[in-house]
Amino acid sequence: MAESYLLVLLTLDATLRVATPLILASMAGLFAERSGVIDIGLEGKMLAAAFAAAATAAVTGSAWLGLVVAILVSVALALLHGFACITHRGNQVVSGVAVNVIASGLTVVLGIAWFHQGGRTPTLDAEFRFTEHALPLAEALRGIPVLGPLYYEVISGHNFLVYLALAVVPLTWWVVYRTRFGLRLRAVGENPAAVDTAGISVTGLRYSAMAIAGLLCGIAGAYLSTAHSAAFVRDMTAGKGYMALAAMIFGKWKPVPALFACLLFGFLDALAVRLQGVELPVIGVFPVQLIQALPYILTVVLLAGFIGKAVAPKASGTPYVKERT
Amino acid sequence: MSQPIKLPRWVDIGVIPALNILAALAVSALVILSLGEDPIEALDVMLYGAFGYDEAIGYTLYYTTNFIFTGLAVAVAFHAGLFNIGGEGQAYIGGLGVGLLILALDRWLPWYAILPLAIVAAALFGGAWAAVPGWLQAYRGSHIVITTIMFNFIASALMVHLMVNVLIKPGQMSPESREFAESAWLPLGHEMFAALGIDFSRSPLNFSFLIALLASGLVAIFIWRTRWGYAIRTVGRNETAAVYAGIDPKKTVFLTMALSGALAGMVGINEIMGVQHKLLLNFTAGYGFTGIAVSLMGRNHPFGIVLASLLFGALYQGGAELDFEFEQITRDMVVVIQGLIILFSGALAYMFNPMVARLAGRFAAARGQEG
Repeated sequence: MAESYLLVLLTLDATLRVATPLILASMAGLFAERSGVIDIGLEGKMLAAAFAAAATAAVTGSAWLGLVVAILVSVALALLHGFACITHRGNQVVSGVAVNVIASGLTVVLGIAWFHQGGRTPTLDAEFRFTEHALPLAEALRGIPVLGPLYYEVISGHNFLVYLALAVVPLTWWVVYRTRFGLRLRAVGENPAAVDTAGISVTGLRYSAMAIAGLLCGIAGAYLSTAHSAAFVRDMTAGKGYMALAAMIFGKWKPVPALFACLLFGFLDALAVRLQGVELPVIGVFPVQLIQALPYILTVVLLAGFIGKAVAPKASGTPYVKERT
Repeated sequence: MSQPIKLPRWVDIGVIPALNILAALAVSALVILSLGEDPIEALDVMLYGAFGYDEAIGYTLYYTTNFIFTGLAVAVAFHAGLFNIGGEGQAYIGGLGVGLLILALDRWLPWYAILPLAIVAAALFGGAWAAVPGWLQAYRGSHIVITTIMFNFIASALMVHLMVNVLIKPGQMSPESREFAESAWLPLGHEMFAALGIDFSRSPLNFSFLIALLASGLVAIFIWRTRWGYAIRTVGRNETAAVYAGIDPKKTVFLTMALSGALAGMVGINEIMGVQHKLLLNFTAGYGFTGIAVSLMGRNHPFGIVLASLLFGALYQGGAELDFEFEQITRDMVVVIQGLIILFSGALAYMFNPMVARLAGRFAAARGQEG
């Protein structure tokens, strides 16, 4: 019994680690889409940021500097996306795909040219990374039945970025629902013309939303290469950007439900790793690929309105044209 | 700024795309320069690598074949106002259909008897994979972009499961099916040339290149010369007007997506029946995504798509040479160029319009004064 409890705790611990980049990226997507800009480019921004963080940390020996550069690179890509689809009213999906493809190619090209390791960055030593922190009293409370191991294994012992991601969710909720900026952000995603009539810049709001999205994807990318792993590997995001997008939709464009969607998707991911090749009673070897595909299947089913209805911000995907004649 | 600028047609389909591609190539050249290499030399190497000798030409045309199929798939959906980002998954499942069919028939039938059936299988499998998102968009109001992305991942998971657990050749480590009987392989380019008395080096170029050209012609006729093509274009332009014209937009969306997926599925003919000769993982290698760039560059017209496919075929094949010739550049540079082309020909397609319109206006004014 104690052993299977520990197994559950370890899976939950892994869930939190896997979900962290999803949480950050899905909040990024939430800001973008609430402002009316579809952001397929979460994946590319995260990937570019992961490379920037690992490359900077490898050269300078500072994970913090890596984080800063990752954010700068990711924000630059977000503004490029904004330039294409806010200023030039280009197709937002096409622009997002472009960001993803450019990031996927450029990270490898630069990685090979700079580090000569087939697109990898050098492995970072522990002091160049974001390492794990034990929360106060974790060791002391470990002996307490049930709650002690829960605190020790699941809650304590993560790096700073995991706790930051968890803090970003209530912050996002507060910004979106309790600030003037948030009110305008929601309005511009629903009816930009009304916001424009009120004398507020649609362009300005959308660009700020993109900048926030860039910031959050930058942190997510830095987490992947300097906290979760110790190097950048080519295409290391491996669809996490799309999974974050799916989680944001699954959370119906709302911060707290999106958080739970990320945790669910992270849990499925952690579970898939744990079930690899394990013979289960009654069902035998469970197809791990089915669990891996489950987030995507669930999102499709939700979007089709089979489990509740997900309604996107109304203006999402349409460029705003001032003075339509 | 608030209204789309009207340009003469030749400027719109000639000058603007050329400017967009030049911009993409200029940024690529800057990237190459920043790596400390010479962009002109790189272009030289790529051109030689793509067209310099007959084996290279064969490889270029082999890649071209895939891009024609995925480019046509994206374009057909675009005409109905749909953005099919799932070409990758549809090509994957289309290939699965081709592979299953050949595994069942290769001991009984020769390639020319299997080919028509394989085309049907590729179209059915790829089409069905795209028709589901199409149906969900038309009748359940889901977003086609999101569902097709999700379907790419589902296709990939499904293929891994099938290859690892079901279709793997017994007693083998790598997840591949058994090799097809040689009689079921599509004729390769050099064999076809040899039959005509021309000496041509061996390359993956095969019979399906001709099918791709045929498909381009058929799609052109279909879009501009048939009732169904008219329905697709009308729905793409204005759904409400389509309803008044007696067109059912829902049915059109559903059927267009099925057709789009069927075209993407044809990649399976080239890859599985023509080149790999067995079912295996990851044979789509991003061709579905490249189809987006191809379609954008080709302005959604089959003729433009064939030209754009040739350019991308040359980029892919020529890019492979970069690895050998340069220390600092690898073939991944091609992915960067591809991304920049999507950016400039797609997302920033109208960036140069105001500038060109101003120039054209000045040009017209000058001519007016002379006359």
